[in-house]
Amino acid sequence: MAGSSEYTGVDFYDMDSLLSEEERAVRDTVRQWVTEALIPVIGPAYIEGRFPKELIAGMAELGLFGANLPEEYGCAGLNNVAYGLIMQELERGDSGIRSFASVQGALVMYPIHAFGSEEQKQYWLPRLASGEEIGCFGLTEPDFGSNPGGMITTARETADGWVLNGTKMWITNGSQATVAIVWAKTGAIDDPKSVRGFIVPTSTPGFTGKDQHGKLSLRASDTSELHLQDVHVPKDALLPHSGGMKSPLKCLTQARYGIAWGGVGAAMACYDEARRYAMNRVMFDRPIAATQLQQERLAEMLTEITKGQLLSLQLGRLKDRGTMTPQQVSLAKRNNVNMACEVAREARRLLGANGILIEYHSMRHLANLESVYTYEGTHDMHSLILGQEITGIAAY
Amino acid sequence: MKIAVCIRRVPDTTAKITIAGGGTAIDPAGVKFVINPYDEFAVEAAIALKEAAGAGETVTIALGDDSVQETIRTTLAMGIDRAVHLQGTGSADGLATARVLADHLRGGGYDLILFGKLAVDDYGQQVGPMVAELLELPCATAITALEVADGSATVEREIEGGTEVATCPLPAVLTCDKGLNTPRLPGLKGIMAAKKKPLEVVPVEAAAGQATIVSLALPPERPAGRIVGEGAAAVPALIEALTSEAKVL
Amino acid sequence: MTAILAILEQRDGALRKGAPELLAAARQLADAAGATVDAIVFGAADMAGLDGLGAAGADRVLTATHADFAQYCPDGIVATVAALAGGYRAILTAATATGKDLAPRIAARIGAPCGMDVTGLALQGDAIRVTRPVYAGKAIQTVDLAGTAVIAVRPGAIAATAAGKAGAMSAVEVPAFTRRLTVREVRAPEQATVDVAEARVVVAGGRGLGDPKHFALLEELAAVFGGDAAVGASRAVVDAGWIGHGHQVGQTGKTVAPELYFAIGVSGAIQHLAGMRTAKTIVAINRDKDAPIFKVADYGIVGDLFEVMPALTEAVKKARG
Repeated sequence: MAGSSEYTGVDFYDMDSLLSEEERAVRDTVRQWVTEALIPVIGPAYIEGRFPKELIAGMAELGLFGANLPEEYGCAGLNNVAYGLIMQELERGDSGIRSFASVQGALVMYPIHAFGSEEQKQYWLPRLASGEEIGCFGLTEPDFGSNPGGMITTARETADGWVLNGTKMWITNGSQATVAIVWAKTGAIDDPKSVRGFIVPTSTPGFTGKDQHGKLSLRASDTSELHLQDVHVPKDALLPHSGGMKSPLKCLTQARYGIAWGGVGAAMACYDEARRYAMNRVMFDRPIAATQLQQERLAEMLTEITKGQLLSLQLGRLKDRGTMTPQQVSLAKRNNVNMACEVAREARRLLGANGILIEYHSMRHLANLESVYTYEGTHDMHSLILGQEITGIAAY
Repeated sequence: MKIAVCIRRVPDTTAKITIAGGGTAIDPAGVKFVINPYDEFAVEAAIALKEAAGAGETVTIALGDDSVQETIRTTLAMGIDRAVHLQGTGSADGLATARVLADHLRGGGYDLILFGKLAVDDYGQQVGPMVAELLELPCATAITALEVADGSATVEREIEGGTEVATCPLPAVLTCDKGLNTPRLPGLKGIMAAKKKPLEVVPVEAAAGQATIVSLALPPERPAGRIVGEGAAAVPALIEALTSEAKVL
Repeated sequence: MTAILAILEQRDGALRKGAPELLAAARQLADAAGATVDAIVFGAADMAGLDGLGAAGADRVLTATHADFAQYCPDGIVATVAALAGGYRAILTAATATGKDLAPRIAARIGAPCGMDVTGLALQGDAIRVTRPVYAGKAIQTVDLAGTAVIAVRPGAIAATAAGKAGAMSAVEVPAFTRRLTVREVRAPEQATVDVAEARVVVAGGRGLGDPKHFALLEELAAVFGGDAAVGASRAVVDAGWIGHGHQVGQTGKTVAPELYFAIGVSGAIQHLAGMRTAKTIVAINRDKDAPIFKVADYGIVGDLFEVMPALTEAVKKARG
């Protein structure tokens, strides 16, 4: 509500002048789609605890899935800054919808593109880009979150393929997905080097996915538990170029890159809502925007958003140049999501009692961002990654 | 079928308008410029007609300085095949602008020439029908429905208290109103493809014309109103105000 | 002798309601220029009995008769007016769908400048100076039109004056023309209502209505004003498919200037305000006392529209006797 149809972004430092015409065009198209298609349905979907699947076709038609992968596989072939802007705009709408696109693109399409055979790429990427197939990413397990290398899911080679056994948890899109990228150990259970990736159609016998209920965050997104019991897949289910934990971690770097942008988008939405509200809400016969306390809030939000924008843009330029490091991604994810949490909380507070209603967006963003703060490497894990980068000493 | 779509670059409708120093134009600083919203209906109509026919060519034509090329590429990203940038400035006189467009369109072999019904900057609402006159072509303005078959167009246009249904042979000039269709968003692949589509630049010069802008000013602020009360209990006070102050009942 | 020509619209034998206003605008120019006012009407048959024509207030009433004029025939009208144009200082139409269709074509045919949606006009030396809203009413442009000017005057902008003398009627010749566009029919709307752009009273609804069926509350109030009132809508509800786009008021809809505008459950987005800010009196009813609509409204009621509307409709009914 609160005039979302007039959302024009937040651009205090003329970031637009740092973007190319295509990058701006991509951003504008996704922004408009979010305004017209996503915003009107997100409130009710969130309350119902339902992922709005009706949005998938529109996202696919615009080409949002795997948009930074090459055109020859049915993708848009965008650079990484444009891809980041897509994530920013989607998360302006809702972190759950951005998560859906992140999983499909960075965690399913990316590993097939990076570690798959040419046949696998030709078969799967166009189908995933068009939304005909929906993917999920099975890495995290009930007892192995921040330490995925400890996983106990196994893949045993047989004469004609592989047999997978194990349980995966906190899997976005898990119950919707038609295909899962499952990470499993092919060797000894204490050998993380034996981890490899498999493309597993979810219709394979022995594969079940069921939703986790009772979430107070990311309510417009499906989070599921996957069970694999003697799941037989053919030889060509293996991603041939995957090997060791660095493969799934590379996927996470892709996803975290998008999250660094997404956090800024959520913060922009909250700031925009707070600013409009402050201008219109009259208390003691004047708009609350005329009070120093609210002005300080808004100044703080704008400052932090502007810093986050510059951070993600430079990160994108480094990625396009091919010099981006995972540690740089950690810094941006850590900063921007934490920043978004702060901005969302301050915005919700500025909105007063109205701020707890679903008609306004800030509290939904705030609740979502607690998950984003926690997933794809918790805030604390990224502190430790940076700590190791600075000191050379691993503290985890 | 060969279809021309004439478009204009305008300030976003959400933009706040401030008047530039000379007092005859807006200050463009900080204003986002977009394709004129009504032109999007024309673009969509052109693309949909070509898609339905399975053949043909769609061409965007835009008069303006180099900044209009970004707007042109929006139409290419939506699906228009190629574009012509008539490089120059339009005139405050719609007829002078129409002459530049007509000179270019004449002999272009277009079956349809589409415009938006108006541009949301100067609200001129004249260049389309003027081009039709200059080219001696049939014209329907502000259409809300369009069917093309067997070399003729059937259109609907809303008039006060009714809907006019009209037909004309092609080639024809049509200006498009809201309701004609729902314009598509430019997809990401379209945005990438737009860079590679042909964009021809043709320098032009519009005559000064017979219209001169004397001034552009902000409208007077409405005097502050008042809340007469809350809920149904306030109705008598409202009726009293409408009867004795405003005298509109 | 210079004169001002006003093109009057008729449909089904009756003059459209904007005629007196348009003649008042023509008279204003004519008085300043020491000129006379000619009105011209187009029809398929003898128009002596055309309702309201005798009292329309022009010095002369020209009638152009042609079989094709049974329906709106822009090609014939443009040809006829162009043949007469040499004797006129200005040619006026109402800025209606028809008038706006005609004005630019006449201008192009005779090589004249054209001003659309004009809200004020005056002589300025050799030119006619017109004012007109641009940027959807967010700014006002003043333009000088040199030579013979073709001007579409916005309905409601210039008040009709008491009708003058009934002008003498004379027939004018319709020159040969090529009919390029053929109007097949005019379909009446499902309910015969006045158009939102022509109505004296507009009752407009927005998202606050909650459901398309609640437009009935607005229709009930509009009905109290008889044929003078129309139902309008904000872009949000038109885009949501609650009501046809013909009802949309605002920057991508219609710009209206009624005497009385009710904004019911309309928050007052900038695009909407641009389309109705020149209404003479604006009444807003909204449950959110911070809604921007209250900043432009002359009178506001903060409250539940479902409670206020029935009471208001009853009270207006009583007040109008």
